[in-house]
Amino acid sequence: MTGVGELPETRSVTLSVNGERHEIDVETRMTLADCLRRKLGKTGTHLGCEHGVCGACTVLVDGRSARGCLMLAVQANGAEITTVEGLASRGGEWHPLQQAFHEHHALQCGFCTAGILTSMVEFLGENPDPTEDEVREALSGNICRCTGYQGIVRAVLDAAGRLRARNGAIAP
Amino acid sequence: MTGDLVGAPVHRLEDAALLTGTARFTDDIELPGTVEAAFVRSPHPHALIRSVDSTAARNLAGVHAVFSHADLAPLLTRNLIPPDNPTLKFAESTRAVVLAKDEVCHVGEIVAIVLADSRYVAEDAVALVDVAYEVLPSVSDCRDALAPGAARVHRDAPDNVVATFRAEYGDCGPAFAAAAHVLPLSLRQHRGGGHPIEGRGIVARFDPATEGLTVWSSTQGAHRVRDALVVLYGLDETRVRAITPDVGGGFGSKHIVYPEEVVVAGAALALKRPVKWIEDRREHFLAAIQERDQYWDIEVAADADGRLLGLRGSMVHDQGAYTLLGFNVAHNATLAVPGPYLLPNYRLDVTIAATNRVGTIPVRGAGYPEGTFAMERAMDAIADELGADRAEIRRRNLIPADRIPYELPLKARDGSTTHYESGDFPACMEKALESAGHDRFAERQAAARDAGRYIGMGVANCTKITGRGPFETGIVRIGPSGRITVHTGAMAMGQGIKTAYAQICADQFGVDPGAVKVITGDTGTVPMGIGGFGSRQTVTAGSSIHLASVEVREKALKTAAHMLEVSDRDLDLKDGTISVAGVPDLSVSLADVAKALSGAIGYARPKDMPPGLEASVNFLPTGLTYGNSAHVVEVEVDVGTGGVRITRYLVVNDSGRLINPTIVEGQIVGGVAHGIGNALFEWMGYDDAGQPVTTTFAEYLLPTAPVVPNVEIVHHETPSTVNPLGVKGVGEAGVIPAAAAVMSAIESALAPFGVRIRETPISPPRLVELIGEAKAGS
Amino acid sequence: MKPPPFRYHDPGTVDEAVALVSSLDNAKLLAGGQSLMPMLNMRYVLPDHLIDLNRITDLSYIEESGGRVTIGAVTRQRDIERSDLLRRRCPLLRKALRQVGHPQTRNRGTIGGSLCHLDPSAELPAALAALDATVHVVGPNGARDVPMADFPAFYMTPAIEHDEILGAVSFDPWPAGHGSAFVEFARRPGDFAIVGVAALLEPGPDGTVGRAAIALAGVGPGPVRCAAAEERLAGRAPDADAIRAAALTCADIEAMEDIHAPSSYRRHLAVELTSRALHAALAEPGAGSPK
Repeated sequence: MTGVGELPETRSVTLSVNGERHEIDVETRMTLADCLRRKLGKTGTHLGCEHGVCGACTVLVDGRSARGCLMLAVQANGAEITTVEGLASRGGEWHPLQQAFHEHHALQCGFCTAGILTSMVEFLGENPDPTEDEVREALSGNICRCTGYQGIVRAVLDAAGRLRARNGAIAP
Repeated sequence: MTGDLVGAPVHRLEDAALLTGTARFTDDIELPGTVEAAFVRSPHPHALIRSVDSTAARNLAGVHAVFSHADLAPLLTRNLIPPDNPTLKFAESTRAVVLAKDEVCHVGEIVAIVLADSRYVAEDAVALVDVAYEVLPSVSDCRDALAPGAARVHRDAPDNVVATFRAEYGDCGPAFAAAAHVLPLSLRQHRGGGHPIEGRGIVARFDPATEGLTVWSSTQGAHRVRDALVVLYGLDETRVRAITPDVGGGFGSKHIVYPEEVVVAGAALALKRPVKWIEDRREHFLAAIQERDQYWDIEVAADADGRLLGLRGSMVHDQGAYTLLGFNVAHNATLAVPGPYLLPNYRLDVTIAATNRVGTIPVRGAGYPEGTFAMERAMDAIADELGADRAEIRRRNLIPADRIPYELPLKARDGSTTHYESGDFPACMEKALESAGHDRFAERQAAARDAGRYIGMGVANCTKITGRGPFETGIVRIGPSGRITVHTGAMAMGQGIKTAYAQICADQFGVDPGAVKVITGDTGTVPMGIGGFGSRQTVTAGSSIHLASVEVREKALKTAAHMLEVSDRDLDLKDGTISVAGVPDLSVSLADVAKALSGAIGYARPKDMPPGLEASVNFLPTGLTYGNSAHVVEVEVDVGTGGVRITRYLVVNDSGRLINPTIVEGQIVGGVAHGIGNALFEWMGYDDAGQPVTTTFAEYLLPTAPVVPNVEIVHHETPSTVNPLGVKGVGEAGVIPAAAAVMSAIESALAPFGVRIRETPISPPRLVELIGEAKAGS
Repeated sequence: MKPPPFRYHDPGTVDEAVALVSSLDNAKLLAGGQSLMPMLNMRYVLPDHLIDLNRITDLSYIEESGGRVTIGAVTRQRDIERSDLLRRRCPLLRKALRQVGHPQTRNRGTIGGSLCHLDPSAELPAALAALDATVHVVGPNGARDVPMADFPAFYMTPAIEHDEILGAVSFDPWPAGHGSAFVEFARRPGDFAIVGVAALLEPGPDGTVGRAAIALAGVGPGPVRCAAAEERLAGRAPDADAIRAAALTCADIEAMEDIHAPSSYRRHLAVELTSRALHAALAEPGAGSPK
């Protein structure tokens, strides 16, 4: 281990988070999740295991879901990051997933919720009309200890319908 | 009840912040000047501490302090965590210490705290703290701990017995002598950890100006945290405030006052600046409580028709190194055995054994899953012995509805006997069986077997003590703003109780639940509190809030009557406005009433009412309330791999009157998922020395979405008779019979091989082994 | 659980990366990070230098040339899973990848990272072993090729020198009409396999098996090719008895033991899942079906 006792190595990076550009200095060893939480105040992203299994810290990096605990902040230099804080519209209107989660009791303590929402944004983008089994498989990388997943599955299926209806008008 | 909110599936008030990322969990609290903590923890199951040298760590840039026992001892009035159950006697050697002085007794026990600019640097420094250990012999398994010549868990203890006790009524001797069938069962039960996705955590701030200590802790009991800090640091109650911010689940693991909470607060006192500690997952595996091993050696006696005559035997319970909360798990397990069945004679001898593992206290279910598992395995054993249907044997033994209320001479820890005040256990099971299509299942099972598939159906019933007292405060206040606020000592940790409490309160004032602000878990607003555990808070705090709301409503009406110069019988209260019936223009708002009751200097109080539009109630339950459930599960076993797929899960649940069916169902489904984890996945492994071997989520398996089925729920509501709302607790209802029902279903699927399951959890390798053994034995 | 201090390097080319790795002591290469990052967070590894390969765009590609498919080391698992070329030419990889971790980890995880981490239960090394893939390694003295069979040196240790990096992996796709399957048993979907079986079957004349390749994950320190099972199938009609006989050759395999499963269970699964994988591969159109 080098660096102990030395000043931490830092780098200047540019991150776009929920459409907002940030130029910051970060320690090169800092994870993306810690950077979002500590340096940028985006505390909606939560850390549940810090070894890449629970999925609570999942954010979208250039539209793709990724574990925030398994990426260094420096690796996100130049990337567009979406966190749970960026899911609602600028006017504050909730994303259909957020609305469906509320209506289907898809969260209890809510600690895992952010990572599930971001994962499902990507999933429904790729699979707009999933079956229940596909939703359950897509959820397999997110652990929820409270709900038993039932409300989450229902909410995702419902949100898929809402998104299809919303996009139907403009789809070819 | 006044309105129609109680019983309505109101969407949760908690959701908005959680869905938009604006909730505030402990780690989200950023106070200026905060230093972050990491702990030096024992790598050994048992060792002497010869020395702690933190020189190198202290010299690391960014490190503010390193405190071991010698450093914090001067601040502490004593080095012992206050015991939570003062009436239970147990071996003094297992009293939990704040900081290890010269002996560590489990891997993960804290030796020192490092305080640094960031958690990163704190962890760098932890690696530089040089602790000289002398490794001592250790003991891992609780049966080994009781063997003659076993290593001592605590070097000065005479043996490893924490306590022994007997649960007994009736007389087993003659009952067994006369029984047509006596069947032995040896069971190994294991439950694992709580594993909320948010670990533990605490932020402590000492304010020299007010000499006040404020802690924000992810706890299930803010008042107990405050009380412990008051006692251990010799502080004044009024100067210590414990607040629970948003809590990311508890499941028992945040139910006690932990050494970490005490040490972090002490560090804040010593450094005079805020200190934050956020538990990481490895720490949760090493140092958060678990509910672990029990070994049951019992025999059950039945008559020729399979009716229970008695159950007797012994049980050894793994307590770990420290007794942090009495021995509730073992005690509850003994209480749970008779469950919903007529068991005339019962005797269980329990030995609580210390081991060099982290302490055990209740995880969701709290011993009830184990007691239920024992009885349900006994039921299936009787059915197998008689060649009878498993449901039919249960039918013969369930307490008939006309024997309710039913009393058993088994004592809960408040000294009360078991008293099932309401319920219809046979109806619940019949409903579950009918919904599951039990009577046609044998046909389907035979057809599946012909096609080479092994499907099975299992059933299990349980009862559960809920609503433990002694009380939980409910305060309802309406200030001159007209806003309604509820304060309670109860703890919100994700269940949705704020919504339920808002419904209970809003019903009295004809307002939307969203108009009621519910504040939980803040010792600054409610002086006394017990906390969130044991399916108790809707019963206790819910009743208090209900009674306080009724009182405030009456006070408002009486005061309004005085203000409007009419009789209070002529008044309507709706949307926060009190008006004269039929004369809507003649009205006052709750804000007006609150203003009037807040007093004007020198003027008389309206109608001599006590000041303030508020009420504080401590509902004192006259007895415990008992919920019950019947679970029916269908599984398919892949005999080639030992894989178990749960294909259908049905719950009939009696939690009395439902405040919010959606929230109740969420509790049940979540509990079932936890029970499926206990049945098939969750195993906290240790090696023979006591070194944990499952310390990541890749090794300790929590149930994920593809392995948890949809759970179909049927409510059977028989209102409780021992509280004004008629409610029974539901937080643990789902988990209790789940493992028993799943095992029953697996046995049913594997009936052609004659596999008998006597353990939890059951893994695919173990199932393949059992199938092999059964084949070899037949 | 926070990463230890290290010096961070993010070379933009393979040459730069090789220069760094051959000049720095105690360096670790970071690809997708889905295995290394947890180990850093848990401080199981304490490198002085971390060399991040993610900026080397030259290492991210999937191409076919002269009938041989080559995949760059830093190609994301998700891109391999979705590649039209591989869907056509090598369905086995997609079948294996669908069982690797979760979408969130496949978005970052790379084929090279998976190969170099060399978890005994990992799906990709087993699939590449069945494909007789070649690993292309680049070092200070140029490139060299390592057959997949020689790639695992020890438990979780590839046959790559400390001053080399993995550049790509290539293989000859099996001809159109071949059957493939990746069958595994894991405790939960997305977990590492307890045992996984990659199977490829090429039809021969008269309904016989022309060529078979079977590789197991989760039994040995690296992927295990089942030569005995392959031999039993080649040139035979793939009926249920033949498949059973082939699968039974796995019954004596020397299997590892860990907290997830004893070796006896892994041997049991090796037989059971080999049989299932062969049946699944045969059931594919063109591959013939068991008589």
